[in-house]
Amino acid sequence: MAKDILVYVLHYDGAFNKNSLGAVSEGGRLAGELGGECHAIVVGDKSGLPDELCATVGKWGASKVFRVEAPEGLAQPVVDAMAHVISENGHGYALFGGGLLGFEIGAGLCARLDAGVTMEVTSVAVEDGKLVAERPILQDSSISRSRYKSDVGVIIGRLNAFEAAEGDGGSAEVVDVDVQISDYSTHAKMVQRGEQRGADVNIEDADILVAGGRGLGKAESFKLCEDLAEALGGAVAATRAVVDAGWYPYAAQIGQTGKSVAPKLYLAAGISGAIQHKVGMQGSENIVAINKDSNAPIFEFADLGIIGDLNKVLPKLTEAVKAKKAS
Amino acid sequence: MKICVLVKEVPDAAVQKRINPSTGRMDRSGEKNLNPYDTHAIEAAMQVREGGAVEVDEIVAVTMGPESAIRALHKAVSLGADRSVHLSDDALAGSDINATGYALSKALAAEQPDLVLLGQQSDDGECYTIGAVVADHLSMPSLTQVIKMDVEGGELRCERQAEYGYDTVSVQMPAVISVGDAINEPRYPSLKAIMGAKKKPLDKKAIGDLEIEADRVGEAGSKVACGDFHDPPAKTAGEIIEDEDTNETVEKVVAWLDERKLI
Repeated sequence: MAKDILVYVLHYDGAFNKNSLGAVSEGGRLAGELGGECHAIVVGDKSGLPDELCATVGKWGASKVFRVEAPEGLAQPVVDAMAHVISENGHGYALFGGGLLGFEIGAGLCARLDAGVTMEVTSVAVEDGKLVAERPILQDSSISRSRYKSDVGVIIGRLNAFEAAEGDGGSAEVVDVDVQISDYSTHAKMVQRGEQRGADVNIEDADILVAGGRGLGKAESFKLCEDLAEALGGAVAATRAVVDAGWYPYAAQIGQTGKSVAPKLYLAAGISGAIQHKVGMQGSENIVAINKDSNAPIFEFADLGIIGDLNKVLPKLTEAVKAKKAS
Repeated sequence: MKICVLVKEVPDAAVQKRINPSTGRMDRSGEKNLNPYDTHAIEAAMQVREGGAVEVDEIVAVTMGPESAIRALHKAVSLGADRSVHLSDDALAGSDINATGYALSKALAAEQPDLVLLGQQSDDGECYTIGAVVADHLSMPSLTQVIKMDVEGGELRCERQAEYGYDTVSVQMPAVISVGDAINEPRYPSLKAIMGAKKKPLDKKAIGDLEIEADRVGEAGSKVACGDFHDPPAKTAGEIIEDEDTNETVEKVVAWLDERKLI
């Protein structure tokens, strides 16, 4: 199997995605062990991808960056670009950091190249000159290892699995590639990208977060979280389900397509603890969960779990915290 | 137009899921149900039909799986599908994502749908990806995790949350769309629909009926070999309080927080 690794690097608004840069670091490390090279690929409007910006991926471990002019923000043009670059250059692996677009591109690439794919990967090892990908399965209760039987192996990381480590690499060589975009890849068109819904709130700098999920039952119940957050001196965060439902602003969202946080205290109210949420907050120092469902997955990784009705517990907890602070 | 909805049978959420150590495959015995995410896809198809912007001639539920998967199809039909297709063949057992996507795309190609809908993920495999695999095989545009979908002049106007906020994307049909659970609130089937579901047409297909190449499916035709199953590093179990007397509960919580200097 070929030893070079191609990493997709997502960019937006003049900056590279942190998870993508993490994948470049991981790709650089793995290619080194395999005795190959790590290359990056960027896809989009060339005006947003100047030479100086592209060359910086060298710092994270890529020796070369392929730049392809194609529509931005959608998966299928990137599948066209990566399939072309891989077939021209013979890469053995395609690697993606965590994130929605990476899942879509990796899946499309697997079909296009008749390649094996593994998603939600948390670590990659080199064995017998090949990459072996590890992924947690069954709500993280077990870990499975994937070995590839295809010419190309597709590896899609879990959010925050690969750390972006700035190494001593220099500038990456920027190589422009012309790619014929498939007809059907142009059948999806971006109308509006990156719309922010709801107020702009800052949750990333808070030491204490009180997060609300669907278990709150209605938008108005966020008041319970706000009162407790105020008493604790923290901020309020939310799950994707309640943000999509319009109960709370997108800027407060934790998880796969939201923010990643690691506060001193993360208090989750009415949150089941789905993987997509967990990946954005599992680095928190102390996790407290309140949920009426004793089977909720969040109790598997909470440091303190309260099985009970949050409508009863939250107001009393707010009062008790206030009393404690006043004493 | 014709809508195909991909559905899947999954172990019931209340059932403990595990890997069969001798085969390395998911132990799929025990209580099964229609993947809850798929009910949103069926509901989305029903809303396109009822929305009136386009004439929907037929909604077809399509699945791949063993004999027992018929129950998931019955459920799909009770929720609104007109008929169903069951791709079932011993040769398919142990298929990975690549092989499953290929086989499903063959079943779909035979139906020639204008729109393929599916749920954003399966409750058991947690893959999120099968829609994009199928779309590439069918040479159709695709979008996943869609939370709003309107038919406008032969195109779909879709909204979804991506890395940097909400995206609005217009998609030309035929297309493959995977829907998030925020897209709708699925209806409950009527008793009449449940009783009638078994009488609706169900086509059973084997790989030979759909020109599926046997060496591209099943365990042997898969491109990924999974194994070495092991437990994750042990984590100290957290403390659990069952709330009976709330005053007492919050007292314990405050003490816990205070101990860790969080108040």
